[in-house]
Amino acid sequence: MQNDTVTFVIDQKEVRARRGQTILEAAEQAGVYIPRLCHLKGLTPHGSCRVCTVRVNGRYQAACTYPVADDLVVENDTEELRTLRRDLLEMLLVEGNHFCMFCEKSGHCELQALAYRHSIAAPKYPHLWPRREVDASHPDVLLDRNRCVLCGRCVRVSRDVDGKNVFGFVGRGPHRHLGVNSRRGLGGSDLSADDQAVTVCPVGCLLRKRTAFQVPVGQRRFDRQPIGAEVGAGAGSPQPSESPMQ
Amino acid sequence: MMETVQEREQRQLNRKPRIATASLAGCFGCHMSVLDLDERILELAELVEFDRSPIDDLKDFTGPVDIGLIEGGCCNEENVRVLREFRKHCRILVSLGDCATMGGVPALRNTLSLQECFREAYCDGPTVYNPTGLIPNDPEIPLLLDRVYPCHEVVRVDYHLPGCPPSAESIWQTLTALLNNRPLDLPYELIKYD
Repeated sequence: MQNDTVTFVIDQKEVRARRGQTILEAAEQAGVYIPRLCHLKGLTPHGSCRVCTVRVNGRYQAACTYPVADDLVVENDTEELRTLRRDLLEMLLVEGNHFCMFCEKSGHCELQALAYRHSIAAPKYPHLWPRREVDASHPDVLLDRNRCVLCGRCVRVSRDVDGKNVFGFVGRGPHRHLGVNSRRGLGGSDLSADDQAVTVCPVGCLLRKRTAFQVPVGQRRFDRQPIGAEVGAGAGSPQPSESPMQ
Repeated sequence: MMETVQEREQRQLNRKPRIATASLAGCFGCHMSVLDLDERILELAELVEFDRSPIDDLKDFTGPVDIGLIEGGCCNEENVRVLREFRKHCRILVSLGDCATMGGVPALRNTLSLQECFREAYCDGPTVYNPTGLIPNDPEIPLLLDRVYPCHEVVRVDYHLPGCPPSAESIWQTLTALLNNRPLDLPYELIKYD
């Protein structure tokens, strides 16, 4: 009979995991945080944002899709990978139109929290300022594509959890965007405000209407604790040597 | 009586560090946040001398400056001119707030063409009364840029302090660190984009 547990090394720490787990799941269980944006516990891994990129035996892999195996040596919290993730996050920030100063999701936003955790004071890349459509046709849900990071969480949840298939991706490359399963926009779809798909958006792209700004500044999800703090130390915790502002 | 070389050197050694500030395409909220230092503003006045700044209403530089704080990005040619002057005169230049670091609210127009912006503001807007349909074109009015640029896309910027506005505490910690040649190491709670 095949042994059900495997042992691998992540950040010099030996970790035992169940066969079939992904590196991200196993690391989280062992108290090692791997930053991620598109992945959400319980969903089929998407592997699209690449924020969870680690080195497995020297090769770059997405930790959310790579299965654990014996004798893997995983690098996660290294200067090189922190820089790579910071660059990815900066590209995500300049690729959309992210106006944190008036966004309802600010303080609860996972993209913003990851940028905080990686000490991004200002993205070094020029902003693209794309023109994106807002869909306010639904009575209870707002869809603002300016903030979409194409993580696919709503697509997966609507399909696999809600069983409604409301969302899907349309177009390729820079034209790829979130499509809705109705010619009349979100208001013409089956989506209801209670659907899980609405709550899983990591950014402020899908929002339940009339619920904004209910938590005071200072008590919001990421006001005091960095994202991933509940898991453990892990990658991206600001290093004393890296001045966050420069 | 003329001062000796030694006296002049001593005077320069004793001189307080100088600070300059400006608001470009901003709302003066970041300057309000500086005033939000409350009683520490007296301490700041002890520590530094203000050069060109809306706080003392000096319109031109009196000489080289140690730290320049820039609020707002560049939305017109006047902003670019002021920003370049700041870069020329300031040893350290700090982008203060979201408009300076990424364009901020004025950059909302960046997804539209300049023509669309003008038409909305002077012709088609719901509250506009302009029967001639003329768009202001006086040479006195600074020319708008094609879009709003963050400061570091126009000149070299040494430090970025995000926030809308950055809290008084983060401005205080930044200034005191820079003035005392300490590395800038703001705690997690002080780096905010809102």
